[in-house]
Amino acid sequence: MKSPEPPSYNKAEKSVFPYLFSFFFLIALADSWRRAEVNPLLLLEVEGRRNLWKFVSAMFPPELSSEFLALMLRPVLETIQISIMGILIAILIGFPLGILGTRTYSVGGVLNEANTLGSPARRLWGYFTYSSARAVLSFFRSIPEFVWAFMFVRAVGLGPFSGVLAIGVAYGGMLGKVYSEIFEAVNERPLEALQSTGANKLQIFFYGWLPQVIPNFVSYTLYRWECAVRASAVLGLVGAGGLGQQIEISMRMFNFHEILTLLGILFTMVAVVDTISAKVRAIL
Amino acid sequence: MEQYRLDKIVKVFGRHQLALNGVDLSVQRGEKVALIGPSGAGKTTLFRILNLTLRPSSGQVWINGHEVENLHGRQLREARRKIGTVYQQHNLVPRLKVIHNVLSGQLGRWSTVRSLASLVRPVDIDLAYRALKQVGIEEKIFTRTDQLSGGQQQRVAIARVLVQEPEVILADEPVSSVDPSLASAIVKLMLQVSEQMDKTLLVNLHSVDLALSHFPRVIGVKNGTIVFDLSPGKLTEDLLDDLYSGHLPEKQQDKTSDEEPRASLLQ
Repeated sequence: MKSPEPPSYNKAEKSVFPYLFSFFFLIALADSWRRAEVNPLLLLEVEGRRNLWKFVSAMFPPELSSEFLALMLRPVLETIQISIMGILIAILIGFPLGILGTRTYSVGGVLNEANTLGSPARRLWGYFTYSSARAVLSFFRSIPEFVWAFMFVRAVGLGPFSGVLAIGVAYGGMLGKVYSEIFEAVNERPLEALQSTGANKLQIFFYGWLPQVIPNFVSYTLYRWECAVRASAVLGLVGAGGLGQQIEISMRMFNFHEILTLLGILFTMVAVVDTISAKVRAIL
Repeated sequence: MEQYRLDKIVKVFGRHQLALNGVDLSVQRGEKVALIGPSGAGKTTLFRILNLTLRPSSGQVWINGHEVENLHGRQLREARRKIGTVYQQHNLVPRLKVIHNVLSGQLGRWSTVRSLASLVRPVDIDLAYRALKQVGIEEKIFTRTDQLSGGQQQRVAIARVLVQEPEVILADEPVSSVDPSLASAIVKLMLQVSEQMDKTLLVNLHSVDLALSHFPRVIGVKNGTIVFDLSPGKLTEDLLDDLYSGHLPEKQQDKTSDEEPRASLLQ
């Protein structure tokens, strides 16, 4: 007996979209190459190489006098403290807004369906909270942190606090966005069960939502803390305290030896923070 | 007294997916009812309407003689508190300790602040312990829930309903994810606790045998309608054959097919 023909792939329904997208993607790639003036050969040109070498060799040897190192102790501590306070503010901004900016919390999904059906006011309120939370978050993170720092330096004066505020606001926007994405990805079944006990949404959040996302939540926050350490060093360049202020001073004085030391310190700090967060994630 | 009264309940998912097509049902306070039928028949949808997490597209639901159509916010939560649900996949929060999952049955009574405090330090250990003792796993009270077996987790879910102290217990395929010997024990346990505490009990079952041997009233659901509503003595082979005709016996089917309406709901 002859076995039946398998269906032919040529007759299978196909979409034109993958081809279309690939086409546009290639065009975007080619045009970006041209307009961003990408030219790797420039790196190999004699003059470029020489200037680069001059800059790098001027940094050696690093400034390692105990006097200088002792002087840097405070800025290092300050940088870490700026990043800690900055992340704290970022969490205070990002956490509540992230909850409200979660679609399944505010507008759709099992938790809202029965409650909003037949009640346009509730539905509208849900959309309002959801979109305002999202709007605030994207406003906060669309402005780069050094621009925020620039503004806060004018508001609260030179010094670490303006750096704290800049990191708090810009990172609050980033944290909130990612928090809401993490919250949206949870298994909804336990939430439905909690809802059926008569729990309100905040109770459902703390009993069903948060426990499910804790590992992701913590590890993303720690990752952002790591970025904040780096950012708080950069923010010093616009006068927001910390290690960056030292880098700026050394640059202006052409003390390239010191810059190498400062970069080394920064690298060590980021590595330490990274190790700490890896340890914490391992526990979770 | 009439616990539930359903009048011409229709539920449409999306545009065309008709999950329930005119269900009329009356259940008295304290009754024990089993619902059977092929998967995709609309039983889960019916249960979600009964526990007020889903609203029908048309038709009325009365609970204790009160229409529930216009309940929102606090009133809706208050009504839900009186209905306890046990789910097929027990729907517990895996990373929480057993005690928190059990005490979450109290959320409808607790303030938000008290619920939060309880996550830090359980506020009513005694209550949880008694409930867990009733289902026979009191020694697991401080274990993390994801470390329990499927059968044990189902017991935790039942303990949660006990703590909730509802008027009605709904159980949606409570035993389809545990092995048959355990299934019978869990159904008996649910009958026993609802008998002791004089609760109304409605159970979706894929096992016809369990339904016939334990329940005084058996309802057959197919294609979104009730096809029979009888005591097991009056149930004939023919009726059962009709109920499952055109379907494989449910056990051999993909169990998740019952969830299709839910998937379309979430889109």
